[in-house]
Amino acid sequence: MMHRKFTSRLAATALGIALSGAAFAEPVEDTLTIETDDGEITLVTQAPAPAHLEGALKTIYSGWHFREDDTRGMQKDDFDNPGMVFVDRGMDSWNAAQGANGESCAGCHQGPESMAGLRAVMPRVDAKTGSLMIMEDYINGCVTERMGLEAWGVTSNKMKDMLALISMQSRGEVVNVAVDGPAAPFYEKGKEIYYTRYGQLEMSCANCHEDNYGNFIRADHLSQGQVSGFPVYRLKDAGLVSAQQRFVGCVRDTRAETFKAGSDEFKALELYVASRGNGLSVEGVGVRH
Amino acid sequence: MHRQLWLASVVALSAVTPAVSETAPAAVAYEEGAVAQSLSGQPGDPESGAKIMTTNALGNCVACHQIAAMPDVPFQGDIAPPLDGVADRYDEAHLRGIVANAKMTFDGTFMPAFYKTTGFVRPGNAYTGKAPEGELAPILTAQQIEDVVAYLLTLKE
Ligand code: HEC
Ligand code: HEC
Ligand code: HEC
Repeated sequence: MMHRKFTSRLAATALGIALSGAAFAEPVEDTLTIETDDGEITLVTQAPAPAHLEGALKTIYSGWHFREDDTRGMQKDDFDNPGMVFVDRGMDSWNAAQGANGESCAGCHQGPESMAGLRAVMPRVDAKTGSLMIMEDYINGCVTERMGLEAWGVTSNKMKDMLALISMQSRGEVVNVAVDGPAAPFYEKGKEIYYTRYGQLEMSCANCHEDNYGNFIRADHLSQGQVSGFPVYRLKDAGLVSAQQRFVGCVRDTRAETFKAGSDEFKALELYVASRGNGLSVEGVGVRH
Repeated sequence: MHRQLWLASVVALSAVTPAVSETAPAAVAYEEGAVAQSLSGQPGDPESGAKIMTTNALGNCVACHQIAAMPDVPFQGDIAPPLDGVADRYDEAHLRGIVANAKMTFDGTFMPAFYKTTGFVRPGNAYTGKAPEGELAPILTAQQIEDVVAYLLTLKE
């Protein structure tokens, strides 16, 4: 990989732009140990690539390793992680008697801890229905069929607050998304999308996140595009971003007509991308630039 | 000399039919990646070229390439070879071909084709994420390609 030239750094300094991110090109050596209410927890943010990625990647890295010092620092203490506000909001929603007949998530599921472990194996094929499910599908299944409400928007704030709450219940658990059996056709479909060069710029996910991770595309330090941190708090948007939303953004940036958040295509893509992170910890709510 | 004569006639004509000498994207003839004639029929303006190369929605060449001759452009990417001295490595025709469609020179390259309108998978309406309305325009116009080529020709070591 090439390294940034001194000249461009110098130029940025002259403009008074903070440079903590421009001085490195590889994933930053660092350990994600988080101060939580229940003491410290250390997450796996770097691991040997899962067997199905043989020939593509040797080591997988959380996107956390590619962010600047202060952004990484915010994720090291729940007190500094701006995403935790949304987890609290998700908790309020969980307990609220918001169903058509006053049902609440808590009324049927007890505490959110009942969801522990789920995030680490999502997306998955539902054993009963045989359908490919992302977390949003499970939530909306309950919202519509068990609470008598209109479906929540796939990328709505209400949905993302709940994603954050449920994801937090698996923080520290190792991602283990099934790629075989009933998942196999979705894995293949997602993989095909991952390597397709979309849009007028003719770029695939792999062009940026497999061939060029560690490099800079303009000011952006490219990561492997892992979803282990999702939903993430994105400083640029001052809010939560779900994996489905991130996919929309990345495809749009190739001057392409995107697929919709929650579409069959992006659900299959999420299964495939999540499986590329098998071995990394679920981060609960990551912090990104 | 031949070229100057030809240009003179273009200038003479241009008052009446401005686009007559422009080569459409589909009509560009690549010879081993190179394109001999100006796509717009006009010479390029290097100053405009430098602007196009550093503007996000236009060339944004600095997203991938470093150019030491542009020290005040911040955050130059490092995905592709630096363009310093590129005019020593390629002649005008080849630079034109690379900017218009680099895939004709570097098979399967990551570099986008800036003067091409067909053969895409789900092309969009620029950066809106929506389907295009009507026919797709190339990312850069014929004259913008010429302007970029004119700037690249100044990059001698
Ligand atoms: C033109 C380059 C480019 C392409 C193509 C691209 N991305 Fe990205 N992507 C980025 C940039 C830049 C970021 C923000 C920095 C980073 O984390 O890499 C990003 C971030 C991400 C993230 C967030 C990672 C994190 O930890 O915060 C995910 C997930 C992602 N991309 C997935 C995808 C998928 C899936 C595709 C294909 C549909 C794709 N990207 C295509 C440039 C690209
Ligand atoms: C009326 C009872 C009821 C309510 C209210 C309810 N759920 Fe459910 N939920 C269920 C049942 C039953 C299942 C299916 C369990 C199974 O198949 O094992 C389920 C499944 C789920 C699952 C998938 C769990 C898994 O491990 O497969 C999620 C996620 C979920 N619900 C979230 C929610 C959320 C969030 C709310 C509130 C917005 C909610 N549920 C409200 C009864 C309910
Ligand atoms: C998305 C990244 C990207 C962008 C944007 C991009 N290029 Fe490139 N360019 C490349 C890559 C990668 C190569 C190396 C060719 C290869 O082997 O694939 C290259 C090669 C070149 C070369 C040949 C350099 C040499 O020394 O061999 C020139 C000239 C060039 N690009 C000019 C431009 C210009 C001018 C623009 C803007 C109009 C531009 N590029 C935009 C990625 C890019």
